Amino acid sequence: MALDKPYSDIPGTIVFDSDMARAGYHANQFCMSLMKPENRERFLADERAYLDEWPMSEEQKQAILDRNYLRLQQLGGNVYYFAKMFFTDKKSVAYGSSTMAGMSEQEYMQMMIDGGRSIEGNRFTKEQENG
Amino acid sequence: MARLTAGLTTSHVPAIGAAIDLGKTQEPYWKPLFDGFEFSRKWMQENKPDVVFLVYNDHASAFDLSNIPTFAIGCGEEYESTDEGWGPRPIPTVKGAPDLAWHIRQSVIQDDFDLTTVSEMTVDHGFTVPLSLLFGQPKEWPCLVIPFAVNVIVYPPPSGRRCYEIGKSIRKAIDSFDDDLNVQIWGTGGMSHQLQGPRAGLINKDFDMKFFEDLIHNPEALAEMPHVEYQRDAGSEGIELVMWLIMRGAMDAKVKEIHRHYHVPASSTAVGHLILENA
Repeated sequence: MALDKPYSDIPGTIVFDSDMARAGYHANQFCMSLMKPENRERFLADERAYLDEWPMSEEQKQAILDRNYLRLQQLGGNVYYFAKMFFTDKKSVAYGSSTMAGMSEQEYMQMMIDGGRSIEGNRFTKEQENG
Repeated sequence: MARLTAGLTTSHVPAIGAAIDLGKTQEPYWKPLFDGFEFSRKWMQENKPDVVFLVYNDHASAFDLSNIPTFAIGCGEEYESTDEGWGPRPIPTVKGAPDLAWHIRQSVIQDDFDLTTVSEMTVDHGFTVPLSLLFGQPKEWPCLVIPFAVNVIVYPPPSGRRCYEIGKSIRKAIDSFDDDLNVQIWGTGGMSHQLQGPRAGLINKDFDMKFFEDLIHNPEALAEMPHVEYQRDAGSEGIELVMWLIMRGAMDAKVKEIHRHYHVPASSTAVGHLILENA
């Protein structure tokens, strides 16, 4: 029997639960390694070689090389771990969020200043299917 | 005997810490947020605690996926700030309260709550930003602090009910400590926010306002709110708000509101802040 996941129908949202943590374990732990400055240097010098030291899937490695955080989240990555990549690239957490929301950082920051993304039509995936 | 004299809540957004550290608090983006803590800083000076029991979550700093305690009580003598990528925050070393912390630990485990006991760890923005918000930039922190780290990052966090009940157990432990200490409990994190996925940037002011009211006046009912309601209505990261129930469980059934502040945004987060006293 599968676990009860009442959060499965929240639009634009992947909950970082056991299944996602299991799938993304090595990708997230790779991100943790970037907390050390010497590792950040080594990674930036040759990203592919650094990634090949980790037992991650090829898809996860490619998502990291592409800095495709949305894809990486689908493959089990979590934003608090991505944050180590954001600062490695000298970017902010808001920048990372903006890429996942499909917006420029400026658009995203303006949206936040204007009160944030509205909950209207954003509670259930079926609200969005009905256009 | 030790006395719990106040409960407080505040958001712990890392950008708030950066604004303080870089001297940006009076810039137009930040000023309205910090203005709401002016009262609180004065109140804190007039009502200085001996110990703050600070409930927060670590953000993949001291704990990563290799080690995920649900509840971790800090029984250490002191704590340094984590280097989260921009160097450790330029703040004084946090002095712990190990006598009280070990006492609380034993009492709470005796009440059938399963705690992890941690005596050596760094503390990240979740812990240090509230200290900076309430105490500014002192040379030494004016009180001792006990870190209480809750897992809210890898689903599931403990339930609202579990948080509320452990709050009651923490209160009982404080009440049974012989030394005459003035203790406050702080619940941190929140309010509504979502940092990841296409729905990043979600803010729900209606939810947040209702959360303030229910926390103060109807915590028993609020403790029954399921995780999915936090996630759906307050954002995947808004689930942090369960930690505010630990604070509330430690307070008396009836509390009075001393101060309230709400501001959007601090980066992607709705900032909420309360000061409560037992009524």
